[in-house]
Amino acid sequence: MLQFVNTLLTGLGQGAVYAAFALALVLIWRSTRVVNFAQGAMAAFTTYLALLVVESTGSWWVGLLVALASGLVLGAGVERVVVRRVGPHNELGAVIVTLGLFVALQALASILFGAQFRSFPAPAGLEGFSRGGVTIALTPSMLITVGAVAVVLLGLVALFRFTDVGLRMRASAFDGEVARLLGVPVGRMLTLGWALAALVGSLAGVLIAGGSLVWPAYMDTVIVNGFVAAVLGGLDSPGGAVVGGLAMGVILALVTGYVGSDLVPLAALAVLVAVLLVRPQGLFARTAARRV
Amino acid sequence: MTAPPADHAADRGPSAAGDAVLFAVDDVSVRFGGLVALDRVSLAVPPRGVHGVIGPNGAGKTTLFNVCCGFVRPDSGALRWHGAPVRRLRPHQLAGMGIARTLQGVGLFRGLTVAENVMVGADRHRRAGFLSGLLALRRSDRDERALRERALAALDELGAAHHADQLPGSLPYPVQKRVALARALVAEPELLLLDEPASGLGGDEMDELGALLRELAGRMAVVLVEHHMDLVMSVCDRITVLDFGKVVAEGPPDAVRDDPAVVAAYLGEEAHR
Repeated sequence: MLQFVNTLLTGLGQGAVYAAFALALVLIWRSTRVVNFAQGAMAAFTTYLALLVVESTGSWWVGLLVALASGLVLGAGVERVVVRRVGPHNELGAVIVTLGLFVALQALASILFGAQFRSFPAPAGLEGFSRGGVTIALTPSMLITVGAVAVVLLGLVALFRFTDVGLRMRASAFDGEVARLLGVPVGRMLTLGWALAALVGSLAGVLIAGGSLVWPAYMDTVIVNGFVAAVLGGLDSPGGAVVGGLAMGVILALVTGYVGSDLVPLAALAVLVAVLLVRPQGLFARTAARRV
Repeated sequence: MTAPPADHAADRGPSAAGDAVLFAVDDVSVRFGGLVALDRVSLAVPPRGVHGVIGPNGAGKTTLFNVCCGFVRPDSGALRWHGAPVRRLRPHQLAGMGIARTLQGVGLFRGLTVAENVMVGADRHRRAGFLSGLLALRRSDRDERALRERALAALDELGAAHHADQLPGSLPYPVQKRVALARALVAEPELLLLDEPASGLGGDEMDELGALLRELAGRMAVVLVEHHMDLVMSVCDRITVLDFGKVVAEGPPDAVRDDPAVVAAYLGEEAHR
């Protein structure tokens, strides 16, 4: 029983990070119909910047802020300089461009920061809370991870639901031509959307690195799991991305705990295949919203 | 009715108040490859009244609208707004100047509620800028509430306020068209471009639309592209007739109706010159 509870807790903690990463993919998909395969490499890049700051200042929190801020800038820059040139209604072009960015950023990270493993400090303790000799797999670091994801998610919901910038971003995502006619600077809204998505991706990058190792390709498994989570939730649905992320975390933790960690990548792909076969629109997508 | 008497005079006789031109299209040509979509088209729209643009399918009416709202850049010729030339402006900048346009069909955002749809249209009057909307959430929040009030007022004017929190897809087509019109009007434009507002409407709704257009003509310039000739002839102060991208006639409805070039354009005979 205790093992099951611990497996669940571990899975939910990991799932919060997948949720953030999936949400970053969904934000970009909704606004520009691009699956950003470079999301992981972008997050790895900003995590390296955070690591430099953490090592020189000794503060994990300052590192996190630097990662989020550089994520904003990097996301905006990628949209403005690279993605916008691909033009609308060019899905294949966008896929190739983001794959190219993925390779280029990963290579650049190797050149700038070195290809060796480096350890990234944890935000807080990695010891599970214990009472009466029983230790559960809930750690202070995990609480910070889940808390940070929750704060960012609620912030995004508030932005989209309750501000006029959010309304204009949603309008731009639904129909850019009409939004333009109504006076919305759609280009700026798309830049902002990419910036926010990269911020969320950077958050996932730092959280997954905390208490663990980073190397230029350390986000690769997160990309796969986060993408499966996004598809599981329906690529169009932010709420679905969160639920899908948590579900992926729990599923993979159960596989690790009861079957073997070797099978985790296989399990992730099995979930992807199952979703695409059984419910290709995802759990939460409104099918009507997917017809353009 | 708060309109001053001068406006009332302009209402029916723009040529009488013809000293002012709000919006002008001067000698505009647009080519798509080898096809000449507009061939030296000119149009002068006074600040009040309804100006009709008619012509057979493919005559260039929609291209003309696309030029007016910034979707298509003319290959030659110019636009003037309040007498000053308009150069290289993006659609959202033209909208910010006070040019509103409705689309053929409805063009509502399916995933936004009716009220939110109209609030996007009220954008021109927003105070909070891009960053302050993001950072100073409180000020933006106040704007948001003001936006919603203005949106509800616009919907109320068109009798659709009780649908405010529904999604547009669940509403009957004529109601959707009224929502789209409310969204164009909420920005209080000086120039309203209406692309086939009567399509899909029944007889009663068409009469209501005609009355509404006459009312709007007292406070803004309306340019109307429409196929329903009864509506066009009854509400327009002046009419421009396009055929194969050229202006073949221009004048008050009665003159246009009997113009042999217009008859030829519609009946497909060789155009008189």
